[in-house]
Amino acid sequence: MIELYIILGMMIVGAVIAIEVKRLLPAVITVGSVGMALALSFLLLKAPDIALTQLVVEIMAVVILIRATLNKDVSSEYYDYRLLGGLIGIAFLVLATLAAMSAFRDLPAFGNPVMGVSWFYPLNAVGGSGATNVVTSIILDFRAYDTLGEATVLFTAVIGVLAVMRPRGRKTAEEEAGAGDE
Amino acid sequence: MSREHSPGMSVIVKMVTRLTAWVILLYGIYIVLNGHLTPGGGFAGGVIIALAFVHSVLAFGKDEASKIATKAGASMVEALGAILFIAIALLGLSWGGFFVNFLPKGTPFDLVSAGTIPLSNIAISLKVGAGLFSIFLTVTILMKSEEKK
Amino acid sequence: MNAYLPYVMCIVLFCLGVYAVLAKRNIIKILIGLCIAEYAVNLFLILVAYRVGGRSPIFSSTDVILPDVMVDPLPQALVLTAIVIGLATTAFLVAIAMRLHDRFGTYDITKIRELRG
Repeated sequence: MIELYIILGMMIVGAVIAIEVKRLLPAVITVGSVGMALALSFLLLKAPDIALTQLVVEIMAVVILIRATLNKDVSSEYYDYRLLGGLIGIAFLVLATLAAMSAFRDLPAFGNPVMGVSWFYPLNAVGGSGATNVVTSIILDFRAYDTLGEATVLFTAVIGVLAVMRPRGRKTAEEEAGAGDE
Repeated sequence: MSREHSPGMSVIVKMVTRLTAWVILLYGIYIVLNGHLTPGGGFAGGVIIALAFVHSVLAFGKDEASKIATKAGASMVEALGAILFIAIALLGLSWGGFFVNFLPKGTPFDLVSAGTIPLSNIAISLKVGAGLFSIFLTVTILMKSEEKK
Repeated sequence: MNAYLPYVMCIVLFCLGVYAVLAKRNIIKILIGLCIAEYAVNLFLILVAYRVGGRSPIFSSTDVILPDVMVDPLPQALVLTAIVIGLATTAFLVAIAMRLHDRFGTYDITKIRELRG
């Protein structure tokens, strides 16, 4: 699995570049490339459904992010970090990494999953639900409640975006009405 | 004169978009309908359909593309998708429980098989696609009104 | 150590994302850090579900596939939902960031604390 390690290394390098570069537009493009490398690594880990979804979702996210930074491309003339938050962050993260590395002893080794619950799904996918794509039969037949919850979250996010952006339009209309009165 | 009203991209981009937007839409519909046989499903197909509309809005400018896809239309399609999904779930109540797969299963590897799964895929794809397209329209309308000021 | 190296690299990626959320002043950089942390969590779930020499969880009409050579399909179903929810969160935060820029004229969060409009 040497290809997996190469792509993970490239993702770490890309993440470092995206965080540390000074202007906003190259940072957004580098995050896009990290997402594309993630889709490639999903393909190497034998999950084609997830790779397809991650690819198109990454394209949509980069389109929306570039719309946010297009006319407002600020280059930071100041030091772009908060000193106290940075030091506390680094201390916590070193401690968290050490704790995680000792917790990894309890995980199964990479490549031998413990399929305690999920033996049921490949055995009963074709007979119990008729679909030959096991992941689709999980999210739409055996565990369809989770898909209902996801649809609700997406709906709430759309309503939230519309609610956040609305007073801008109302203020413009009021200014036009005020200018029309005068 | 017409350049001020439709601030899209150049003529070459518009000519190519007239071909590629339909291809992307067809590919999205294919991914949705074959969700139970090959990788894909409602989520990926819905995002691809939304990307087809985003493609035409970016190439032709907001004013010309609003003849086809408006924000009110996107809201109605999204609500329709949500209502369809919940209706499929509630119809399963008369066969034993919420979200029961009640249509006949058919033979595997057919396009019409697996009960309610293709219908659920279509409902989810309508919801996700219309939701993401209305998010994109909201973000770009703000840019347009800011440029007018 | 070789059996746990992908997990360690995944944790390093997550730590980079959380460092960007804690230690940056530009709100778009904070958003980029949140995106990277989200990628790391999804990658970790798929890493747990991998089986060496396994196959993707799709039955084929031309081969006969036994169900016990497939990789674990349950975390893949969970990650599929999580990716789309991550996109919704990112879009919402972008909308909030654009409103903040309209109101205060800057993306710097320390200056947003001072200018109380």
